[in-house]
Amino acid sequence: MRSAAFRAIGALLLVAAPFLLLVVLPQNQALFWTANVLGRAIVFGIIALSLSFLATYGGFISLAQMMVAGSAGYAVAILVDGAVPTIVGGVPYALAMPIALVVATLMGLLVGAVAVRTRDIYLLMITLAVAMGVFRFVETNIAWFNGYEGIRNVVGPQLFGTDFRNPYVFYYVSLVVAALLYGGVLYLVRTPFGLVLQGIRDNDRRVAALGYSVKLHRIAAFGVAGFIAGAGGVLATIYNIGISPGTIGLGPTVNVLIMSVIGGLGHPAGAFIGSLIFTVFDTFAANIYDRDRFNTLIGLVFLVIVLVSPDGMVGLGTRLRSLLGARRAPQP
Amino acid sequence: MTTTLTRRRALLGTAGIAAGLATPLAAPAIAQGAPIRLGGLTTLEGPFATGGQDAFRTVQMELERINYTVGGRRIEFIRESSNAQADVALARARKLIEQDNADIILGPLSGAEGIALRDYSRTLTGRTIVNGSSGASDTTLRNPSPNFFRFSTDGTQWMAGLGRYVYETLGVREVAVTAGDYAFPYAQVFGFNIEFCRLGGRVTQYWAPLGTTDFGAQIAQINRSSAGALVIVHGGTDGLAFMTQYAQAGGQKPLIAGSIMADQTMLAARGPHRRVMVGMVSGGPIADVIDDPDWREFVERYRRRWLNEGGFPSPSIHAVNYATNLWGILKALEAVRGDLSNNQQAFQRALAAAEFKAPTGANVKLDHNRQAISDIFLNRVEERDGRAQVVAFARANAVNQTLGLPEAQFLALGAPSRDNAGCVRPS
Amino acid sequence: MDLAATIVLNGLTLAALYFIVASGFSLIFGLMRVVNMAHGTLYLVAGYVGYRVFEPLYDADVWWAWYAGLAAGIVAAAVAGALLQWVLLSWMQGQELRQALVTIGVSIIVADQVLAIFGGTPRQFFAPDAIFGSTRVPFVGGYPTFRLVQIGIAIAVGIALWLVLNRTRLGMMIRAGVDDREMLGACGVNVPRVGIAVFALGAALCGLGGVIGSTAQPLALGQDGRFLLISLVVVIVGGMGSITGTAIGAILVGLAEQIGQAMFPTYSVILTFVIMVAVLALRPQGILGRA
Repeated sequence: MRSAAFRAIGALLLVAAPFLLLVVLPQNQALFWTANVLGRAIVFGIIALSLSFLATYGGFISLAQMMVAGSAGYAVAILVDGAVPTIVGGVPYALAMPIALVVATLMGLLVGAVAVRTRDIYLLMITLAVAMGVFRFVETNIAWFNGYEGIRNVVGPQLFGTDFRNPYVFYYVSLVVAALLYGGVLYLVRTPFGLVLQGIRDNDRRVAALGYSVKLHRIAAFGVAGFIAGAGGVLATIYNIGISPGTIGLGPTVNVLIMSVIGGLGHPAGAFIGSLIFTVFDTFAANIYDRDRFNTLIGLVFLVIVLVSPDGMVGLGTRLRSLLGARRAPQP
Repeated sequence: MTTTLTRRRALLGTAGIAAGLATPLAAPAIAQGAPIRLGGLTTLEGPFATGGQDAFRTVQMELERINYTVGGRRIEFIRESSNAQADVALARARKLIEQDNADIILGPLSGAEGIALRDYSRTLTGRTIVNGSSGASDTTLRNPSPNFFRFSTDGTQWMAGLGRYVYETLGVREVAVTAGDYAFPYAQVFGFNIEFCRLGGRVTQYWAPLGTTDFGAQIAQINRSSAGALVIVHGGTDGLAFMTQYAQAGGQKPLIAGSIMADQTMLAARGPHRRVMVGMVSGGPIADVIDDPDWREFVERYRRRWLNEGGFPSPSIHAVNYATNLWGILKALEAVRGDLSNNQQAFQRALAAAEFKAPTGANVKLDHNRQAISDIFLNRVEERDGRAQVVAFARANAVNQTLGLPEAQFLALGAPSRDNAGCVRPS
Repeated sequence: MDLAATIVLNGLTLAALYFIVASGFSLIFGLMRVVNMAHGTLYLVAGYVGYRVFEPLYDADVWWAWYAGLAAGIVAAAVAGALLQWVLLSWMQGQELRQALVTIGVSIIVADQVLAIFGGTPRQFFAPDAIFGSTRVPFVGGYPTFRLVQIGIAIAVGIALWLVLNRTRLGMMIRAGVDDREMLGACGVNVPRVGIAVFALGAALCGLGGVIGSTAQPLALGQDGRFLLISLVVVIVGGMGSITGTAIGAILVGLAEQIGQAMFPTYSVILTFVIMVAVLALRPQGILGRA
C-alpha cells in the first residue's frame, strides 16, 4: 500500500515538476531547469538506463552504450531533412526516428555478438575498445559522418503544431519515453527472457544445462539495451541540435558509466538518479567549485561513491533505511 | 520498490531547494542601473585548454582596463568553459543565457562550437552572441544568424596572400600540402589553393586524421616528392608532432604554414621543431612582431599583466581574436550608452556598424553577414632576442570572406572539403 | 621499395613503444587481475614529472638531462602505481569490476590535476645528442636514430621481463599467483607485498614508455586516453597476461597503424580495430592467451 502511494506521488511530482519550478523560480530559470536540467537528466538517464539494465540483470558493464546511442543519433542526422550538411536527407522524422531505433538495436546486437564470449572486466575492456573504434571511425569519416565537425541543425519534428525543442514539449516527451522504457524494463525482467537473463548473470552453466542458449540470450539483451540507448540517442541529438563525434568520445562514454554508478548499478532507477546528480553538478560546477576543475570534482564524487557505496545512491538509500527502520523486513 | 520512489521524491525536493537558493541572484537585469551581464565561453578543459586560458587572459585584461564599466554601466563577466565539443559548448551557452541571464555571450573558441552556437543564437530574441575565436567559414557564410556577430576573420581569410607569395616571390610551382582531415584545415587549404592554383601552381595533398601523432610514413613520402615547398596546416599536438618528426627526418624543403602552426602555443614548446621553423612563412590575423604602435602597446600590456602568471611571451591567436571581438562589443555598447532595451535592437545595429582597429592595428568592419572584413598579415618566423618570433613582413588590406571573389562565384565553388580543396585551375 | 621499408620500420618502432607501455598493463593484469584504467594516466604522470626534472637541466646544458628525466619519470610512475595499489586497490582485492571503476575515477582526477598543474601546452623531450639525428639503415637511408633506440629498449625490456618472470623468486611468485592466488598465500608468501611490487613494476614500465614516447611524440593531455586504448587493444589482441602475446599484439597494431596511414590515411584508425574484432571472433582469449 505504502509503496503504491509513494509511486503515485513520485509520478505526480515528475509530471508537475515544470509547474512547481515556476512557483519557486523566475520564468526563464524555470524553463532552464525544465529543459536543461530535468529534461537533459532524463535523456541521459535513458542512455544510462541501457547500461543499468545490462548491469543489473545481466551483469554486463558495457562501455559501448554511449556509442550505440550515438549510432541512433547519427542515423537521424544522416536521414532527416534540414540537417547540415545533407548526407542522405529527405526522410521525415516520423520515419527517421524508427529507423534510428532499428540501427541502434542492430548496433547493440553487434556489440553483444563481439563481446559474447567475454565477461566482467574483459567485457568492459572490449566494449570500450569497440566504442572507441567506432568513435575514431566517425571522427575521421567525412563521407557519411562529416568527420570532426559532425552534423548540425537536427531540429526535431513539429509536435501538435509546437516546436519539439519547446522546453515543455521536450520535457514531457522525454518523460513519457523514459517512463515507457523504465516500465518496459521492469516488465521484461519478469518475463521468461528476463528470468533466463538473470539466471545467466548468476550462473550461466546452469542456464545452459537447462537447455537455454546463453549466447542468444546475451546478444538479445544487448539488442534490448541498444534499443533503449537508441531512444536516448535520438532525444539527445535533437536536444543538441545535431551530433558530432565528441558526443560519443571517451569522456561521454565514461560519463554514462559515472551516472549509472553514482545512481547505483543494482537497480534501473539508479540510472535516472545518477543522471540527475551528474547533470546538476555539470551545470552548476562553476557555482559550486570552479568550472575549470569540474573533472576533479565529478571524479572525486565518483571515486567516493565507488569506495563507500558500490551500489550507488540507491544502495546508500537502502542501507540508510534499514539503519533507520531496522524493524521493517528487508525488501526483496 | 519503495526506496527508489522516496529517493526520487527526495531528489526533486533537493532540486527545489537548490533552485530556491539560486533565486535571489537572478533578478532580471533590465533596469539601467543593473550591470550588463557578459557571458564568456571558452575552452578550459581538455587538450585545447591552452588557447582558452590565453583567451580569457586578454578578456580579463581588457575588462580590467576599463574597470568593468562601459557606457556608464557596469559589466558583470560570467566565465564558462567547454571542452571544445559542440554539445558541451551548447549546454554552457544555454546555461549562460537561461540560468545566468547573460545579455551577450563572447565565445566560443573552436569551429564546430561556433556553428552550434550560431544555430542556437537563431532561436534567441534579445540576446547576442559575439564570436570568440572560432574560425569556420560557414558560421557566417552560409545560413548566417541575425544574432551572431564575428569581428575576427575565418580560416580561409587567414591564408590571403600566401599562395601568391609562394608562386610569385618564392617562384615555387609545385607544393606538397599536409593537413588535418577536418573542417578547419580544409578552410585554410582552400584559401591557399584558390590563389596558388589560379596562378598555375600544382598541389599534392596529404591528409592525416586529427590526432595523428606519428607522421613517419607521410614524411617519408613528402621528402621523396618533387614538391618545391611544403605547406603545413596542422595545429596543436599534431602540428608539434609533425614538425619534430620532420626535423628528425632531416627535411629540407622551404616551409609554408597555416595560421595555427606559427603561433606562440607552438613556438613556446621547446624542441628541435623550432630550428626548422625559423624562416617558415605563414599567413594569419596576428604576428608576434607587427610594426604598429597599437600592437606594441597591447603586447606590452599583456606582458606586464601576464608574463609572471603563466602568459606567453606574446599573446596567442585566440587571445587576440577574443580581444578583437570584445572590443567590438565594447565599441557598440559605448555607442548606445549601454542600452540593451528593445530586444537589443539598437545594440545590434551598433555592432553591425562598428568600425575600429583591432589590437594588431588591423582595420575591422563587418559585412552584410556580420562577418569581419579585416587585414591579414604575411609572417615569417625569425630568431629575435634569443627566441623564435613570428614577424609580419607584409599585410593584405581589407580581406573579405570570399577573398575578393564575387560572393555568388565563391559560394558556387562549394564548401571546402577534402575533395573540394579550392584548387581550381583557370580555364 | 625504400618507401615500403621505411613504413615497415616505422611500424616496428611504433610497435616497440606500444610494447613497452602495454607490457606494464599486461603484467598488472596477469597477476593482479586488475584492469588498470589509469594506465594511460601513469604515462602522463611519468611524462610530466620527467619533463619537470628534464627542462632546467636541459637549459643548463647538462648532457645527462634526458637520462635524469627518464629516471624521474620512471620513479614517479612506479611510486604512483604502488600508491594506487596500496591505498585504493589492495583492500578490494578480487572485486575486479570495482577496482576497474576506482582506477577510472583516479584517471579522471589525475588528468585534470595534470592540466591544472602543468597547463595545456604540449611538450616534448629532446633525446641526448648521442641518440638524436639520423643513422643510415640499409634499404631505408637516413633514419631517426632515436626510433632505432626505441626498438633496442623494447627488446631489452622484453628480455628483462622474461628473465624476471622465469629466473627470479619474484617471477616465480608472480607466475604462481597467476595460476592460484590463494595457494600462493597459503604457501606463506606475502601476497599484498607482491601485489605492490607488481604494480610498481608495471607502472615503471609504463613510465619508461611515457618518457620514451614523449621523446618520439609530443606529450599532451589526451595521450592518456590514447595509450590506455592502445594498451587495451594490444593486450586483447595478443592475449591477456602473456608477455610474448603483448609483443605480437604490439607489432600487429604498430604495423597496421603505419601501413594504414600510408595506404588509406582516412581509414587507418579503423584497421587496428578490425584486427581486434577479427581476433576476438576467432580467438576470444587473444592470440597467445590461455582459454
